[in-house]
Amino acid sequence: MSDLEKKSIDPATIKMIQKAAVDGCETIFDRAEAMKPCPIGAEGSCCKNCAMGPCRVPAPKKKEGPAKKRMGLCGATAETISARNFARMVAAGTAAHSDHARGIAKTFLAAAKGEMPEFKIKDEQKLYQIAMDLDVEIGEKSVQEIAIEVGKKVLEEFGRQDGEVSFIKRAPLKRQEIWRKLGVAPRGIDREVVELMHRTHMGVDQDYQSLLLSAARCSLADGWGGSMISTDLQDVLFGNPVPVLGQINLGVLKKDQINVVVHGHEPLLPEVLVSVVKDPEIQKAALATGAKGINLVGMCCSANELLMRHGIPVAGNFLQQELAIVTGVVDLMAVDVQCEMQSLAQVAKCYHTKLITTSPKAKIEGAMHIEFDERHASEAARKILMEAVGNFKNRKANVEIPDDTTDQVVGFSYETINYLLGGMFRASYLPLNDNIINGRIRGIAGVVGCNNARVTHDDPNLTLIKELIKNDVIVLVTGCAAMTCGKAGLLTPDAARKYAGEGLASVCEAVGIPPVLHMGSCVDNSRILLAATAVVKAGGLGEDISDLPVAGAALEWMSEKAIAIGEYFVASGIYTVFGVTWPTTGSEEVTKLLFEDYENLFKGKWGFEPDPLKAAKSMIDHIDKKRKALGIDKMRERVLFDMAKRREIEAA
Amino acid sequence: MSKIIASAAIRGAHKIVERAEKKYQEALDKWGPEQEVGFPDTAYCLPVIYAILGIPVKKMSDMKPVLDRCRTLLPPPVKEKTALPYLAPALDAGMATFFAEEVIEAIRYLEDPNFYTKQEDILPDNLWLGAANDVIFRKRGVEFVDGSAPGFAAIVGAAPSPEIAKKIATELQEKNLYVFMCAEHGGKRFSEQLVEAGVQIGWPTRLVSYGPDITAAVFAMGFACRVAMAFGGVKPGDFRKNLNYNKDRTFAFVMPMGFVTDEWYANAAGAINWGFPTIADTPIPEVLPTGICTYEHVVSNIPHDQLVQKAVEVRGLKVNVASVPIPVSYGPAFEGERVRGEDIYLECGGGRTHAVELVISKRMDEVEDGKVEVIGPELDGVQPPGQLPLAIRVEVTGRKMQEDFEPILERQIHHLINYAQGIMHIGQRDIAWLRVSKSAVAKGFKLADLGKILHAKLHQDFGAIFDKAQVVIYTEPKAVDEVLAQARAIYGKRDARIEGMTDETTDTFYSCTLCQSFAPSHVCVVSPERTGLCGAYNWMDCKAAFEINPTGPNQPIPKGDVTDAKLGQWKGTNDFVMTASRQKVSQVSLYSMMIDPMTTCGCCECIAAVLPMCNGIMTVNRDFMGMTPCGMKFTTLAGSAGGGAVTPGFLGHSKYNITQRKWLTGDGGLLRLVWMPKILKDDLRERLQTRCEEIGIPNFIDMIADETIGMTEDEILPFLEEKKHPALTMESILG
Repeated sequence: MSDLEKKSIDPATIKMIQKAAVDGCETIFDRAEAMKPCPIGAEGSCCKNCAMGPCRVPAPKKKEGPAKKRMGLCGATAETISARNFARMVAAGTAAHSDHARGIAKTFLAAAKGEMPEFKIKDEQKLYQIAMDLDVEIGEKSVQEIAIEVGKKVLEEFGRQDGEVSFIKRAPLKRQEIWRKLGVAPRGIDREVVELMHRTHMGVDQDYQSLLLSAARCSLADGWGGSMISTDLQDVLFGNPVPVLGQINLGVLKKDQINVVVHGHEPLLPEVLVSVVKDPEIQKAALATGAKGINLVGMCCSANELLMRHGIPVAGNFLQQELAIVTGVVDLMAVDVQCEMQSLAQVAKCYHTKLITTSPKAKIEGAMHIEFDERHASEAARKILMEAVGNFKNRKANVEIPDDTTDQVVGFSYETINYLLGGMFRASYLPLNDNIINGRIRGIAGVVGCNNARVTHDDPNLTLIKELIKNDVIVLVTGCAAMTCGKAGLLTPDAARKYAGEGLASVCEAVGIPPVLHMGSCVDNSRILLAATAVVKAGGLGEDISDLPVAGAALEWMSEKAIAIGEYFVASGIYTVFGVTWPTTGSEEVTKLLFEDYENLFKGKWGFEPDPLKAAKSMIDHIDKKRKALGIDKMRERVLFDMAKRREIEAA
Repeated sequence: MSKIIASAAIRGAHKIVERAEKKYQEALDKWGPEQEVGFPDTAYCLPVIYAILGIPVKKMSDMKPVLDRCRTLLPPPVKEKTALPYLAPALDAGMATFFAEEVIEAIRYLEDPNFYTKQEDILPDNLWLGAANDVIFRKRGVEFVDGSAPGFAAIVGAAPSPEIAKKIATELQEKNLYVFMCAEHGGKRFSEQLVEAGVQIGWPTRLVSYGPDITAAVFAMGFACRVAMAFGGVKPGDFRKNLNYNKDRTFAFVMPMGFVTDEWYANAAGAINWGFPTIADTPIPEVLPTGICTYEHVVSNIPHDQLVQKAVEVRGLKVNVASVPIPVSYGPAFEGERVRGEDIYLECGGGRTHAVELVISKRMDEVEDGKVEVIGPELDGVQPPGQLPLAIRVEVTGRKMQEDFEPILERQIHHLINYAQGIMHIGQRDIAWLRVSKSAVAKGFKLADLGKILHAKLHQDFGAIFDKAQVVIYTEPKAVDEVLAQARAIYGKRDARIEGMTDETTDTFYSCTLCQSFAPSHVCVVSPERTGLCGAYNWMDCKAAFEINPTGPNQPIPKGDVTDAKLGQWKGTNDFVMTASRQKVSQVSLYSMMIDPMTTCGCCECIAAVLPMCNGIMTVNRDFMGMTPCGMKFTTLAGSAGGGAVTPGFLGHSKYNITQRKWLTGDGGLLRLVWMPKILKDDLRERLQTRCEEIGIPNFIDMIADETIGMTEDEILPFLEEKKHPALTMESILG
């Protein structure tokens, strides 16, 4: 394997890494070589929570013997320090998703009140569903009245001091019981984050088991709280995704057009850009520059949001953000929050690209700031687009766009899957259950998460996913992992015959779906929770998510959000495998709790396996174990019905 | 769904919807928006549209929103490269196809009123039956409910030859399935092929030639939709329930024969919504994963000799095929076949000769199991068309055999003999009537085969109550007359015994939940003085059925303490109904239609309804198609009272029940009866007269109005007043 092939398996990425080198532009791939991760921090053994430290408490070396246990100045053990560090990652991840949700919720309420004319209620059906789940009476109320009430109720979820986050009622009853029994049913979203930050402060909670239960509770406030609210309200405002065709990879950038890349996570600005870009005045200005128009493309989860709802092309995933600029044709990159690298400002300087920050929460030194105020949404969008138009003429000579693009079919929301399996009149998850029971589909895997420059870009996730579908495991993807699949052609219906096992392929062909279903951005992992719940409720596969032949993975994770997501998957009863590195190896006990004992508590557990094939095997083994427990590991005889048997059918 | 199928189905749906839109526009221009439209004599309007969308299409303009809905359902064509998911769109397109086809067929009824025969049978110059009216539908629907017909095969196109068509049809008939036929392939149609092969087609033989075009496929779907609404209590518009009901309970499938066109695909895709899979004789793509249908969705390239077997397996149906050692085909599907005119080889009874049937018990040592004796001439001694007197005496014995079971076994003779292909049987006891066809004789049928049928089938169905049976068949006049005399004496004794049985003197009633396969919350309570509402099960039948199958649908109900003697409520019956109705019904009156009336599955022979103005009640039988004074035809009444719902003021009951002493005594009894159709009156006249004398008003029959007097309360009231009908002076029926 050449050095370049170690960096990425994506040809477009390799080409742009080479170009960056020629252009003398440093990227994350260079820095990853120059700087290794801190070994003490990597295993979670560094405590810098007070000014007596930072204290290092790495696991004892073998020769020191087990007796030698290090501790911080305050006496904090490796267990406490490791658990605290882990818990703080969960808190940060939850905070990120939930602050995103807060922004959406506030916009939603204002839109419902008619204070933000650019935003409207687009999906009434989904609004009604949410209203019912929040115990908002529908009755004779107008859509607006319902929306206002929903908006208010949702905002209460953040600051609630007692009680429970409302959406945990959406989980299977048995799951809710487990949470309540363990005392981890989250109260208010903000409260859980704040409390976890408090507990992990110097000298507070110093029992790793107690810390980790709190971390689980906090993560549930993300998965069944903040993240779920984001997805739900975004769907109501911008439409529940339905299957749509799109393209992905750097080849979607156009030499003869003004390229505007939206990068980040929140769909608000991107949605407005989509409509404002059609404005004749803007179009006219664009054409006046000699360009053939404006090419709006997405990057990271902003891209996922636009792709799922509009089929807007995607330039690439996390590790391609700098490389998009390296093409030399990105006239403007607008970023909002999360996962935008500070180095973008430096890379932009190597070319002509204007980097624009738009969120009051996220500014970058060296970038231009055009604040996006939802109340004057199109004004900001217009300003941004005009900046791009104005910048087209500044393009430099060193332009090269890789010709790589791939078609992909995306837009598999949880509701859409329900429709796709039976049409308008028979919509149901039952056919999925049925084919899991009869073994055509072995199980379901959720593969999510980021890119990580410490491993070959796109490789672990792709290898894992290919292995899973080859073994008839249908894969649900979100975030940057979804984009990996898109680039590799796994998100097309033809991929079923090409990559999937015979059973899975036959089901995919019957329904007309790819073997890997793109469910959205990383905040949309709540869709996977709801899909899993729908499978439980459809029947025949147990009473809880933990009974299902299901597993999760994020082999290229890097962000704290990923840990929060993994933790809420696990706390929801799903075996979840992470790759790259594991942040608690400094404490055997903490690691054992997460990897083993969690199974007794949550009936779900963490796993760590950087090797994608081994990860696939452990996930498939887990799936097979669940199949066996359900008694669906053997071939079943066809049941023929006579009238007596028919009488036994309960009234529908 | 494979991409090829989905693409074709969606194309086909577009074509059919376009046709419907064009037809609609033409018809609208010609007849205007107020023109009445619909299928003949049905309360279910255009049944698929009514069942799925809840839209009762009654006039031309009602079709517009339906066609609009078709448009919203129609997906864009499937793209060749990187297609979007197509299963769900194809299913939706299939649904739009059926809506459009109902529009097309409804307009056909308008444009060409005699295109279809509108009856059970074909005509010499017209094979096409069209939509079943409600009388046909109910009569046939009952067979779906009681299990004598588990489902239907929808055959589209034509077989390679009439012989193959005949073979497939016979095989389906032998599996008790209905065969619904439409469309053509290569200039041929399956129905025409059957006629060419000399097969009797029409509703009576379960070979239903719906129509010549693919659009007639919608009649089959309409039938299924009506079964769910009439017997399953599924409300119009509750599409999910209707479709799932059919998936679980109506064992139907589509059998395209020949090249599958886009339009056929559209229909097949639509049928999948109901859980009806497609089994094709051509190499079309297969769709094997399960889910919307119980098992595979499309199975193809099946050789003709395996087609029926494969279809039954794919649909997940278990058929208990009668194995009877006779040279002709055998099964309920042949029950309705007729033998007449030129085809008669031998005729017995029917006023031409004496014919009598009798079942009696004997001592164990007097019966040699399986022995069949023919005393007198056999068929080979008869010159067609011949006539012979006939006596069939079945002698049974067994430890569990009781004298009370004799008439039950005897009553089976009619349908058991009638199930044989080429044999027609009518009546029972000393009014039996038998015809044997030339085609049956050509296949080697003998009179002794009647005995073989009875021996085999009685053992199969009633083996639990007797151990041995032998049959003697007499065709000699003197011997026949002897049996006749013996039989008449026994009939008299039996009748007297049954007459003497009352609810008071009986501690155990019986349940009948046979129809729960289709009406899951319905429970019949059968007592000596209240026969089952279908007319098929009296108390004694239920008792025997329980002996035969102790875990079956007829269970003993210890009636327990009486809680209301007038209404006919007991603790035991109420408790039983509560459990057996799956907690849907908590109390039931055996003698009242006003308070806690019994539910009906929809199979009832008659429905009684209150006529408040006349302070009385009316009742109407299933065969009466006209309007009644309560403002509803039978079928509409059955629609509101059927499906296991409790509906005070309405009651399903059997014809015979009217003449039983306890009939509606809680509401005033027979004296309340102010209207009934003339055919019903005539049908029951003899027994009714006896009852009139018992109640002390010998001319009471003449006080009951019928359709010749009036069809509204206003019309009959003066008549009742003139006749001084007792109901007028009784306490208010509304309480």
